[in-house]
Amino acid sequence: MGKATVIPFGPQHPVLPEPLHLDLVVEDEKVIEAIPQIGFVHRGLEKLVETRDYNQFIYVAERICGICAFGHSMGYAETVERLMGVEIPKRAEYLRVIWHELSRIHSHILWMGLAADAFGFESLFMHCWRLRERVLDIFEKTTGGRVIFSVVKVGGVVRDIDEAQFAEIKRVLEGIKHDYNQLCKAFLKDTSVKNRTVGVGYISEEEARALSMVGPFARASNVNNDSRCLGNGGYADLADFQPIMDTQGDCYARVKVRALEVLQSMDIITEMIDKIPDGDIAVPVKGSPVDGAEASNVVEQPRGECYYYARGNGTKYLERMRMRTPTSQNLAGMTKALAGCDLADVNMIVLTIDPCISCTER
Amino acid sequence: MAFASKSPWVIHYDASSCNGCDIEVLAALCPGFDVERFGIINTGNPKHADIFLVTGSVNERNIDVVKEIYNQMVEPKVVIACGICACTGGIFHDCYNVIGGVDKAIPVDVYAPGCAVRPEAIIDAVVQGVAILDEKSKALAEAKKGA
Repeated sequence: MGKATVIPFGPQHPVLPEPLHLDLVVEDEKVIEAIPQIGFVHRGLEKLVETRDYNQFIYVAERICGICAFGHSMGYAETVERLMGVEIPKRAEYLRVIWHELSRIHSHILWMGLAADAFGFESLFMHCWRLRERVLDIFEKTTGGRVIFSVVKVGGVVRDIDEAQFAEIKRVLEGIKHDYNQLCKAFLKDTSVKNRTVGVGYISEEEARALSMVGPFARASNVNNDSRCLGNGGYADLADFQPIMDTQGDCYARVKVRALEVLQSMDIITEMIDKIPDGDIAVPVKGSPVDGAEASNVVEQPRGECYYYARGNGTKYLERMRMRTPTSQNLAGMTKALAGCDLADVNMIVLTIDPCISCTER
Repeated sequence: MAFASKSPWVIHYDASSCNGCDIEVLAALCPGFDVERFGIINTGNPKHADIFLVTGSVNERNIDVVKEIYNQMVEPKVVIACGICACTGGIFHDCYNVIGGVDKAIPVDVYAPGCAVRPEAIIDAVVQGVAILDEKSKALAEAKKGA
């Protein structure tokens, strides 16, 4: 046995688009402990609720994270609507689900590209990101933005999608699905990819529960925590929703869960487009939250369950706004998965939790 | 240093961005916008890089990291602030943990505003950065001659 050495990993590291620092304690080539350090992206935006009123804060909430931007604006808006007892039109709920599921597709394809980059498959990375551009084109056509949309407001949504655009979305999704199935083959069938993922970074079901893991990271260990099952908003009207689960608990299972979730999201979008009712897209919201009123909400973000809490104080400014984001829940699971792995597998395991540091630190 | 201006390598660091600008920086490098066809490659090594793309504003924790990457880069070098947060602090300018734009830490040559910055704006900024890189390398060569 060699003696323990500490290897710093990050905050500036080629595999990480975001700053996360890990102190890797290694013995020979085996990692015996990983100690994460965060705080590089902390801005302190929860405190901004004191200087931005509840309508303005939605634009701040959207910028918690640029990848799950829509999910955050939707989660925040739903929380404030609950706080003020606002019932939004059905059409707005459906539109939110459509955009949210499109965000999940773009986020998962983005993640698959980064994972491909992590195991050294550069051309697969490029293919994933090329496919993702087509999802972003849908966003650009329907909302005007590529990553930050600003289409949600308290009381509904700002823009409507017309029939022609729905037909276009369906047509584009069919095309994406065809190309995406080919990408999936590379991720799920390719031997060299499997060599990097199968059996790496194993987390058992008990560990996943004990460490309160969320999202695809936990679902790959057979823990059903998909908060879409709760049927909030438009999700209540889905005919049949079964979360994607896997029992293997390794990196391969996490890739597989996300790969299948993309196809599931495409089905959800198609179903929503078929079912969407006519009507208004927003209701006017007046007044301010009552002093002492509290509301909470959960949204299934691409990375897992995100919890929102808000308290009013009788003015237009909220007393407190709090989020618990998926990655902060998953960091404990990540250090567990890293313990005992090979040094060369560290980047793969770190990526399979799909870390979103700017969500975590805000 | 004529080769540098023909295929400048970039290094990207997320100071305290929301990821929006980061994924747009990566999108600019990937098919769709594909700046790699001009020889612009993303590198993880500051010593290999000519252009430093910073996204997000600086805070107490990462200001040293930003300075460290800048200092490790070899002259001539160009810094591009990508996104409004990197330019001025943007929507987060009055957060308690935000010092301000990247120019509070290191000298910035080109500002590319936008929230999130569009890939076209990044490409435009890199093209301007290449011109500045040329000027800087000429100035370096002149100084060498003079010495």
